[in-house]
Amino acid sequence: MSDAPKTIVVTNPWSKLRQYTPARIALGRSGTSLPTTPHLEFQLAHARARNAVHHEINVEALEAALQKRGHATLVLHSAAGNRPVYLQRPDKGRKLDDASREALVAAPKPAVPYDVVFVIGDGLSSFAIEENAAAFLDVMVPALGASHWNIAPLVLVKEARVAVGDEVGELLGAKMVVVLIGERPGLSSPDSMGIYMTLNPRAGLTDESRNCISNVRREGLSYEGAAHKLLYLMTEARRRGLSGVQLKDEAEALPSTLTTSGENFLLGNE
Amino acid sequence: MSYLQTVGGHRYVFETLKVLMAKATPARSGDYLAGVAAGDDEERVAAQMALADVPLPVFLSEHVVPYETDEVTRLIIDDHDAKAFSVVSHLTVGGFRDWLLSDAATETSLAALAPGLTPEMVAAVSKICRVQDLVLISQKCRVVTKFRNTIGLKGRLSTRLQPNHPTDDPTGIAASIVDGLMYGNGDAVIGINPATDSIAAVTTLIEMLHEVITRYNIPTQSCVLTHVTTSIEAINRRAPLDLVFQSIAGTQAANSSFGINLALLKEGYDAAQSLQRGTVGNNAMYFETGQGSALSANAHHDVDQQTLEARAYAVARKFRPLLVNTVVGFIGPEYLYDGKQIIRAGLEDHFCGKLLGVPMGCDICYTNHAEADQNDMDTLLTLLGVSGITFIMGIPGSDDIMLNYQTTSFHDALYARKVLGLKPAPEFEAWLHQAGIFEDGADLKLADTLPKPFQRALAHLH
Repeated sequence: MSDAPKTIVVTNPWSKLRQYTPARIALGRSGTSLPTTPHLEFQLAHARARNAVHHEINVEALEAALQKRGHATLVLHSAAGNRPVYLQRPDKGRKLDDASREALVAAPKPAVPYDVVFVIGDGLSSFAIEENAAAFLDVMVPALGASHWNIAPLVLVKEARVAVGDEVGELLGAKMVVVLIGERPGLSSPDSMGIYMTLNPRAGLTDESRNCISNVRREGLSYEGAAHKLLYLMTEARRRGLSGVQLKDEAEALPSTLTTSGENFLLGNE
Repeated sequence: MSYLQTVGGHRYVFETLKVLMAKATPARSGDYLAGVAAGDDEERVAAQMALADVPLPVFLSEHVVPYETDEVTRLIIDDHDAKAFSVVSHLTVGGFRDWLLSDAATETSLAALAPGLTPEMVAAVSKICRVQDLVLISQKCRVVTKFRNTIGLKGRLSTRLQPNHPTDDPTGIAASIVDGLMYGNGDAVIGINPATDSIAAVTTLIEMLHEVITRYNIPTQSCVLTHVTTSIEAINRRAPLDLVFQSIAGTQAANSSFGINLALLKEGYDAAQSLQRGTVGNNAMYFETGQGSALSANAHHDVDQQTLEARAYAVARKFRPLLVNTVVGFIGPEYLYDGKQIIRAGLEDHFCGKLLGVPMGCDICYTNHAEADQNDMDTLLTLLGVSGITFIMGIPGSDDIMLNYQTTSFHDALYARKVLGLKPAPEFEAWLHQAGIFEDGADLKLADTLPKPFQRALAHLH
């Protein structure tokens, strides 16, 4: 007689804990190492996140999609000529290149200044923008319609950091800039979009002048949720004449999305 | 004072010590971003040759950041131990490298020398070391610290169990803690990066970790990685806090951008000491650092990022920390571009920390926009394991779902322990055997079944 063959991959007897966290727990083990399946799943997740960083944004397709919705568009480029430069020189991603600056200076300005310009930048994840930017604006722009916002043409910037929006807003003479940008991709969230709002934009401002809404994507903060929060921030910024840290506390007092799952099993009654 | 070097008929002039050190630094993106790097490889080696000829006492008189305006420089100079230094005070930087490689440098002589070394001296010698020199020399160093267990002994490798969760959900955090403990991780600390910094949220997490450690009799310590002022406030509110955390950097201005100074760190240190919660010792501070932090705060004084990083360890050692962690690849490719730069930086940081007498660990990590992957991390982990790294991170499946970066997993820690024959801190190792997580025997073997107390905790879950 022989013993039943022992399985090589050992499963963890606490796999039911996976329901409580998106963390990669209870992966099992081969010896004490990562088994083949979770190892290759990780490799795939990393490959996706890398693609999100290095995939060149399809500006033509995005522009066509936005124009089809009736938006006027303008395509610009930062001073970072390509992705390797962009990744190593954040200062260049925060500035427009010469041609883009001249194009903005030459662009016709309205008699009454724009209330807001939306700037769409690829940032660190073009997937985030291709997935979410147009769909978010589908919710956001109608929400602004009721309260008389004079909106500038949409500005698309390639190789963009958040701060490039300040220069765009300043050159267009807009009273506010809202930047939609691809966030640094996480292993489990390669397509997350960030939204940054700044009142009275001008080159040289820093993070303390901005308000941020993060993790906008299908599995994260919904377009409706993000639009609701952004409309609140824009309205309050315009009414009170300020943005950034001074506006932050009250915005955070908005209904929280935090969830709690009740009693901690490790500390229950024995 | 200027430094000259003639190479191949070309005469290089380096105007100051900080220019010389920056140009002698192995290439990395942050020094290019700062505009302080060598123009080409030949200039870099010329600078390394000139740096090798600099007598060590020069570092005590020519300061890379002004003494008058920077309290970190004042700390370095005012606390310098001339008697300890006298063993090597006759040497140049190049001669010091030879001494460190020689049999004169032993665990005992290096420990005695540490208070006589300044960060700039160890940074300088690291710049003319190859990877194997960094490994060999740091392996000779031993820095032992204690709280509820003993960290840093020869043949030991500890891990920080990092059970982060995007919304600080206690049950989600507990799930990751179970995962880590069952893989033998968590002897350096169970340390959470909280998603929210409010005193109420932080206190909740501190209490939870305290209860878990008490309920399961785990010989380890906890930490919620929040600002030192929040920890002080939590202590004032009688929270059961073990370790006081703070991110620190190598210049006064960079520390100021973190909202701290030396006086505030002293306050945090005193508050932690007042609790006396350690059982085998009372090293009660946990610091994190990383190359590039001063530059990102525009507080770098045109000094290269590796020298500034070493200066952060002078800040750390003032407060007798249990753990110091260089979060080497977290900051991004504008400071360390690829696997090659991250690997070198991790080894330099460990080397400099250990020579200065700091219990150096490393968050062996990368972000998705860096040119790095798991293979680079395996390489750095193996090299640091051979170097005698004090501790590394342990996280479920290498994926930090809160901070969005990749670091070493629970499995990775067991890999390093297995191939290098390293064990956890002795008190924690005894607990792992007693709890039935490790099977008894010479080889590292995990048990197939959950220990009884954890079986009971999970019994009513579906």
